[in-house]
Amino acid sequence: MSAFLAAGRMPGGARDSRVAGQLSRRRGRYNLIAKILCILATLVGLIFLAAILGTLFWLGFGGLHLSVFSQVTKPPGSGGGLLNAIIGSLIQTVIGTAIGTPIGLMVGTYLAEYAHGSMLGNAVRFVSDVLLSAPSILIGLFVYQIFVAPFGGFSGWAGCIALAVIVIPIVVRTTEDMLQLIPTALREAAVALGAPKWKSIVFICYRAALNGIATGVLLAIARVAGETAPLLFTSLGNLNWSVDMSQPMSSLPVTIYQYAGSPFDDWVQLAWVGALLITFGVLALNILARLVLRTRN
Amino acid sequence: MTLQNTTQAKANVGQMEARSVSALNQPRIAIKGLDFFYGSNRALKGITLNLPEKQVTGMIGPSGCGKSTLLRVLNRMYDLYPGQRAEGEVMMDGENVIAPGVDLNQLRSRIGMVFQKPTPFPMSIYENIAFGVKLHEKLSKSQMDERVEWSLSRAALWGEVKDRLNSSAMGLSGGQQQRLCIARTIATRPEVILLDEPTSALDPISTLKIEELIDELKHEFTIAIVTHNMQQAARCADQVAFFYIGELIEVGTATQMFTAPREKRTQEYITGRFG
Repeated sequence: MSAFLAAGRMPGGARDSRVAGQLSRRRGRYNLIAKILCILATLVGLIFLAAILGTLFWLGFGGLHLSVFSQVTKPPGSGGGLLNAIIGSLIQTVIGTAIGTPIGLMVGTYLAEYAHGSMLGNAVRFVSDVLLSAPSILIGLFVYQIFVAPFGGFSGWAGCIALAVIVIPIVVRTTEDMLQLIPTALREAAVALGAPKWKSIVFICYRAALNGIATGVLLAIARVAGETAPLLFTSLGNLNWSVDMSQPMSSLPVTIYQYAGSPFDDWVQLAWVGALLITFGVLALNILARLVLRTRN
Repeated sequence: MTLQNTTQAKANVGQMEARSVSALNQPRIAIKGLDFFYGSNRALKGITLNLPEKQVTGMIGPSGCGKSTLLRVLNRMYDLYPGQRAEGEVMMDGENVIAPGVDLNQLRSRIGMVFQKPTPFPMSIYENIAFGVKLHEKLSKSQMDERVEWSLSRAALWGEVKDRLNSSAMGLSGGQQQRLCIARTIATRPEVILLDEPTSALDPISTLKIEELIDELKHEFTIAIVTHNMQQAARCADQVAFFYIGELIEVGTATQMFTAPREKRTQEYITGRFG
């Protein structure tokens, strides 16, 4: 060490300013190329998104009248609205979420707090992750097989169950992730006061993870609100007014699916309006989810 | 340490041992032949130590020597983790607290613990205190108000928070959060308080407040404090225990330990020659 200091130079020779300058210019060029590629890729994505939203707004707002919210679907050529589809979607989404959320919450809690690398825990986590990415048409067919076919036909309940099956793995994942973010020290602090484990989970951990879990639930709602495939085989769709859960029930995605493919101009127009409504609903939920997450601390 | 004890101990350096024993109270907790295992790793080796009633026991020693492990045995915190186990005797009121069948929630209400980092619960200041109390007692609203004020006053925090009891505890400073954790612990009216490096994450002024607090609290509670700070041990503790690689090397009154340690390793550690 003292020899270096005495000689006044670093090992490897003195710093050559010419070489350093070349290196710096070359890195600058690479940086520029990488930056341009990234911006181009972003633009490609944004252009498609803007085109989709633009078309949707252009065609959707054109057909947006009060009658959309006040009238039910009618035969082609006689006007009508989407009231039954909107209400049907609301009912099925709310009940589906209400069934799926507690189950998902409990499974997520089991995985984060009790499983501790057990075989059962790992198996449940794996199955839940597979379910998370399962094609939603499969979930529709599954509920058709176990619920629709044996119990005499399509119904709103069957639609709710199919949506609940989609909600469960989303809530499981967010619940587990959020609970695992909670520091061990907080759990130990609760236990050190003499709290039984369930109380430390319910009163301390849930409260600490509340925002994250709520965000997960909101995202799950946003996801199922736009699902078509699971409803095709379960609640089927209904062109008449019906809030009877044991009967086929209308929903926005299924109505869009039926109307958009029809040869009637007024039905196609209503399909665009329905798509606009779902888009706004999901957008609002996503913004809400972000706001909830931002209020964390 | 009271002034009287200090002068007495200083006056009797020659007969330190005989005097120091008499300066310590009856044991509140008596640890005898305690071994602790993380899996197959023996982290505590045959520890025998008394925690004198209503006095402060300082535990010192280099990192990884088993001080915190010993604290976590006393309130059975290790029970949370499979693969950790203790053998031996930790007697409190004629009962071995590490024996199977002990009611852990009740034990932890009698032996409170404050951790290295402040761990306020994500709720209001008031609820932070009430949470622990509600686990063990049913109090009316006014009784609970009283208890909250009592414990916050004891923790020297009441004056700073009495106007914002319902705001979140997360908004307090680090030092205030740690005093809240102490208030939360004494609110359940334990008999013993374990402090695991309670000031290592705090600034000097907060540290001073906590140390003054410990001096106050020992009139009512038996206290064990783990610390890496020699001055802190000297300031706060009546009895000091020096640990090294899982063994209790030496224990004595603070004065004896810091003025006339019997063991060479104790002296070397205290004077900063290793550790």
